[in-house]
Amino acid sequence: MNETTGGVDEGDPGLVKKFMFVNRKAPYGTIYALEGLEVVLISAAFDQDVSMVFMDDGVYQLVKGQHTKAIGMKNFSPTYRALEGYDIEKLYVEQKSMEARGLTEADLLVPVETLSSADMAGLMRSQDVVIDF
Amino acid sequence: MALEVNGKTYETDEEGYLINLGDWDEDIAKVLAVEEKIDMTENHWEVINFLREYYNDFQIAPAVRVLTKAIGKKLGPEKGSSKYLYELFPYGPAKQACKIAGLPKPTGCI
Repeated sequence: MNETTGGVDEGDPGLVKKFMFVNRKAPYGTIYALEGLEVVLISAAFDQDVSMVFMDDGVYQLVKGQHTKAIGMKNFSPTYRALEGYDIEKLYVEQKSMEARGLTEADLLVPVETLSSADMAGLMRSQDVVIDF
Repeated sequence: MALEVNGKTYETDEEGYLINLGDWDEDIAKVLAVEEKIDMTENHWEVINFLREYYNDFQIAPAVRVLTKAIGKKLGPEKGSSKYLYELFPYGPAKQACKIAGLPKPTGCI
């Protein structure tokens, strides 16, 4: 880790690092989910190895059929379907978080890979940078 | 800032992007195009309409790289190049075309 650049080594444009963005919060009520998604979309421009994790209430971000009119928020969930066009195709959900909320992959807007907590921990360990939202 | 079209006033941000997406129509697009010094042809409209559709589907304005790829897929490889898009919109397809299409500035476009 380089302290001044937050782990991103400058001066080597060919270097690809593994970035993981961990989304833990419900989509509305705080700005974390939307901001996290925007950061991921911007990060796509840097041709890094990007993956996204959805766990705890973060799994709700991907749920189909979000209706936000009554809370006066923009429904940004269709944007998750744009990730593929940005070449961000590694989306993971934690099995325990899904089960605790009665969700299956069929309830989600995009194809994901479901991982056990142990596999998720292993995947996190293999990253160069983990950013939590 | 504000934009006047057919005697009606529409709100825009400090860079001239339309504030309310719902306000947009072709007359507004034509006025925005004049401000951008773009002579709208069928090829320009094709990109504008593509962008409106993309926004409608995904709720974001695409980055140039993504736009180029998606246009190539939909309208043919000869149009899916940044050269083609920059010829139509010399000051940046994302920036100019999104403005004319009444979309917000693309995420990550600075």
